[in-house]
Amino acid sequence: MSTVNVSHQVLYSLKNVKKHYPIKGGIFKTVKNHVKAVDGISLDIYKGETLGVVGESGCGKSTLGRTILGLESATEGEMVFKGENISTKSQRQLKPFKREMQMIFQDPYASLNPKQQIGQAIEEALIIHTDLSSAERREKVVQLLKEVGLKEEHYERYPHEFSGGQRQRIGIARAIAINPSFIVCDEPVSALDVSVQAQVIMLLEDLQKKHGLTYLFVSHDLGVVRHLCDRVLVMYLGQMVELAPVERLYENPLHPYTEALISAIPRPVVGQRRERIRLKGDLPSPADPPAGCAFHTRCPLATELCRAERPEWREVEEGHFAACHYR
Amino acid sequence: MEKTILEVEDLVTTFKTAGGEVSAVRGISFSLKKGETLCIVGESGCGKSITALSIMGLLAANAKSRGNVHFNGKNLLELKQDEMRKIRGNDISMIFQEPMTALNPTFTIGFQLCEPLLIHRNLSKKAARQKGIDLLKQVGIPMPEKRMKQYPHELSGGMRQRVMIAIALACSPKLLIADEPTTALDVTIQAQILDLLNDLKEEFETSVIMITHDMGVVAEVADRVIVMYAGEVIEEGSVEELFNDPQHPYTRGLLASVPNVDDPEFKLNPIPGTLPNLNEEIRGCRFHPRCPFAMEKCVQASPVQTNRKQNHSVRCWLQEAEADEYSKCQPSSAV
Repeated sequence: MSTVNVSHQVLYSLKNVKKHYPIKGGIFKTVKNHVKAVDGISLDIYKGETLGVVGESGCGKSTLGRTILGLESATEGEMVFKGENISTKSQRQLKPFKREMQMIFQDPYASLNPKQQIGQAIEEALIIHTDLSSAERREKVVQLLKEVGLKEEHYERYPHEFSGGQRQRIGIARAIAINPSFIVCDEPVSALDVSVQAQVIMLLEDLQKKHGLTYLFVSHDLGVVRHLCDRVLVMYLGQMVELAPVERLYENPLHPYTEALISAIPRPVVGQRRERIRLKGDLPSPADPPAGCAFHTRCPLATELCRAERPEWREVEEGHFAACHYR
Repeated sequence: MEKTILEVEDLVTTFKTAGGEVSAVRGISFSLKKGETLCIVGESGCGKSITALSIMGLLAANAKSRGNVHFNGKNLLELKQDEMRKIRGNDISMIFQEPMTALNPTFTIGFQLCEPLLIHRNLSKKAARQKGIDLLKQVGIPMPEKRMKQYPHELSGGMRQRVMIAIALACSPKLLIADEPTTALDVTIQAQILDLLNDLKEEFETSVIMITHDMGVVAEVADRVIVMYAGEVIEEGSVEELFNDPQHPYTRGLLASVPNVDDPEFKLNPIPGTLPNLNEEIRGCRFHPRCPFAMEKCVQASPVQTNRKQNHSVRCWLQEAEADEYSKCQPSSAV
């Protein structure tokens, strides 16, 4: 963990950010309903930290990452990056901010153009955001390749010549090419084999130390999140369920959903029978979330109150937030 | 747990490709007892899925298997297509990784679930439907009558995987092969499916071959474990032996590559490099280019299998080196 670099300087502040997608139907394609992918997220991301975002597939964690970067326009809410409200800015005005924010994608097979040499793929960001000459750019790309553990001779090669782990390294080189301060990592290791996964995690840790990067680390792998993150946000159906420093979330989870998630992970230890909290059923549809607390349909503690009233988001202990009536 | 139901001897599977013949599985042997769960662990491309498909006889047309796969007194590799068809889905069935691609999107759940019952059990349509509804209940699907009429796209991922399991169990197979059955699912759903498989296994005394790369899943379900690397079995043992006393550097590396959720101080220690290509010829031990302990001998000759204990064998020259060292420490007077 990189607790050393974490300051309490807010880098990015979100206030009630929402992203709703309309569902259209009928002959006139009128809006029937909305898929509430991200539904009211408010939090501060501190400079130099790694904030993990976890939850089941469909909980809106990837959409949150994309919305924060401006890849999706937020339906509602305020996003303040380095003291400036960027949610009201036009695409043109956003350009200097986009230089500061980059993304590492999940699937290294889909995120690279198969017809483009990887040197050029990495160079692209430098062409757009800097006025380096082509020789300087080449030098910079070679330096980036070395930094992520590749070689100079890889410059002219095409994506199909690389393994999954190497492609993810290329993706990382692209993301750090223009010295961003904030990187959204959208499941960067989940498509990789375990031995390669560990290599990429260590690379991400090294780069963070070296460049003082801030990560938003979207993942469903709670083991990786514990290893890498300083704080963790748990999401359920687009809503915030719990936010806490990593130690406290794993040692003392407050929300029953977090508890169930942590207890469901299969441990690589033999002969230790743990009691698992079994959640019934599947994730409800985000187009039609249950009334009251969104989790009440699967919660072992649910009561009448949970069905009627949405629990308030409150700070239970210092720095440890949860939304549950009973915790 | 005494009767051996499956015996694989020296299985070799090769593919004819434009670039020449490629071996995906290079002479592996193992056996499986009644009611036992065997996990095959390894990274993608190590040949674990091809091993399963070879047993099932579901390989592509350009593939060829050699060796022996004894099941119920028959060598499955020598059977004709129609004889194999009688076994597949009846005595041996398989659960695939991606339930969406394994189910046919154009047929209802009910049709696909009743199909093996109509073919293998000669049930009437009505009886098959009833049995189908029972099966869906057994795998924990609510409102089974309604689900029978639905199509795969109407179900969630976890639900589809339950349907796959129901289809696989329809004819009460003696052997169930599960190829990464929970990899595509969320942890909460994964826990449900693993519990379900365990319950069903106990109820029907089915033998299970589970293919996975998740060491956590292995620890949870396995009785015995095979670790594969680049088409070869490099370590085999009971699940306790393998987790508490791993011997091969690759097995140790695998265990050190997964961050431990319960241990905040856990230090990652990844295996350097990447898996070799199938057509890459490596002299000696196939793991030596990535092995931190590689010696002169590892480059020259392929290691032999060493039996450490009755239920633990390893293919690594280090075992021999250790034994040598041990005998050196103990002068001959001790013998």
